[in-house]
Amino acid sequence: MPRNRTLRLFGSVMSYLLLAVILLVVCFPILWMLLASFKTQVQIQSPEHLFLFTPTGKNYAAVFQNYDFLKPILNSFIVAAGSTLIGLVIGLPASYAVSRYRMGTLGALILMIRFLPGITFLIPWFTIFSRIGLIDTYTALILSHLLINLPFIIWLMVPFFDAMPKELEESARVDGCYTVESFRRITLPLASPGAITGGLLAFVFSWNNFVFSMVLCGGRTKTLPLAVFNFVSYALIDWGALMAASVVITLPVLAIAFLTQRYIIQGLTAGAVKG
Amino acid sequence: MKTGRMRGGTPPAAVLETMQANDWIEKHVRTLFTLPALVFVVVMVAFPLGYTVVLSLRDWNLTTGSAPRWVWLGNYASLFADARFWAAMGRTLAFSFGAVAIETVLGVAVALFLNREMRGKNLTKTLFLLPMVATPVAVGMVWLLIFEPTIGLANHMLGLLHVDPQPWLTSRKTALVSLMLVDVWQWTPIIMLVTLAGLAILPRDPYDSARIDGAGPVQILRRITLPLVMPTVLVGILIRLIDALKTYDIIYSTTQGGPGESTETLNILGYVLGFSYFRMGLGAALIVLFVLTVTAVSLLVLALKNNVDRRVGW
Repeated sequence: MPRNRTLRLFGSVMSYLLLAVILLVVCFPILWMLLASFKTQVQIQSPEHLFLFTPTGKNYAAVFQNYDFLKPILNSFIVAAGSTLIGLVIGLPASYAVSRYRMGTLGALILMIRFLPGITFLIPWFTIFSRIGLIDTYTALILSHLLINLPFIIWLMVPFFDAMPKELEESARVDGCYTVESFRRITLPLASPGAITGGLLAFVFSWNNFVFSMVLCGGRTKTLPLAVFNFVSYALIDWGALMAASVVITLPVLAIAFLTQRYIIQGLTAGAVKG
Repeated sequence: MKTGRMRGGTPPAAVLETMQANDWIEKHVRTLFTLPALVFVVVMVAFPLGYTVVLSLRDWNLTTGSAPRWVWLGNYASLFADARFWAAMGRTLAFSFGAVAIETVLGVAVALFLNREMRGKNLTKTLFLLPMVATPVAVGMVWLLIFEPTIGLANHMLGLLHVDPQPWLTSRKTALVSLMLVDVWQWTPIIMLVTLAGLAILPRDPYDSARIDGAGPVQILRRITLPLVMPTVLVGILIRLIDALKTYDIIYSTTQGGPGESTETLNILGYVLGFSYFRMGLGAALIVLFVLTVTAVSLLVLALKNNVDRRVGW
């Protein structure tokens, strides 16, 4: 018996060791970004300072002073918040209708958008938006980001409304309450956990978006991913500042991810599992 | 004030009007709830798609400033005759199928490993989200640093293992494979999470009878677990494959399709044709072909999934 127990202990130690290795691989690049953001250019370039170094805050100061990151942060925030809010205002009633009135075709149509390459829309949007003078405006960016946010919110909220009990709404309806009223006063408050998470995730997708900004942005509305990317075009890359900028853009995303993790897993794997 | 007016007698015209308006809204609530979304889809999706198809039949070069003219299938013909197009197509397919194949093997393996009572399982699932949600451009930047040939960590580690340093993203030979590595790091988690969700809902009965029949763990894995979880894994593969074909941020932010054209996928080539050469018609034609490719691959995987579903009786 003791031999068997030793064997089992060995097995479980090995599993946790394996788990630790997997986690290290998964987290490492993000940790590396964080570490490098506190190193000087010299420390980044020398192998003696891989893990042991005196941290410096200079990179973060440079990001805001030399490279003026406040404006792109503000731009990204306006575009992400704007497209998320509009996405919720349009998406919540639509997903409610798709769920309650079984409008499967419309639901499927909107989901299909998720699978179209973003670049499909760049040429038409660019030509149309330049003709009506919308290039380098928040309007164009918010509209383009809605293409990601709206299908996502609908994708997440239709199953959410499906799973919600209908009795409360129905009894309100029997009492003579209009659908708009019962939706606003009963359904929406009950759906708010899902709506808030959906909104936060939509915010992340918009915040992360790079491809639409490349074409629709100009000097006035440059978003964060574009500002980070522009670092690379300098002849000598200021690695420390680049990593600090990357941390600045990634940190809010990671915070939101931790807050909403359960729903992200659900959202990312939605439709994959029957049941 | 309002309640005073409501009391007794016939309601005044203003109130009647709101009541009628409310009734009208109630009658058309389905339409009203979906109309804004529908308008968005028509204006921002359907119309641009149609526009792209029409544009793909025209020659329109923004740099010359000449008016667009109809060339019908001319753009498609020149793409089919262009080696650069076929090379980009080959790269797109190689990158996607290669990366997703590795992600599937690793993701299913890790899911099988985690599918047991274990401390820290939830923390693991949370941390697995990191690569997927982190801003792609930032992820690209940190891999650019890790892969940097002289100061990067990748070559430093190889040095410790007495392996020659590699050029990674800076050589035509290794750039695409390096990008596949990044994709594998970024997206293996989703296959893992989908598989784990599928494993959680497997029926117990086949396992009980297999154990009574004296089947070993390897046999149970091969004969029961893998076939039963396969439909779920295939949906994960489908989602992943579509997204892999569309990969843009990581490639453009690290190599912009280079060195040379060695990491130029269809996505990147479409961007280059449209916004570096300003050949709008040609770019539109490429995008139409690209969307068709994505659709074809999706249908292929769906057919495969239906086949598997039928075999396991879903």
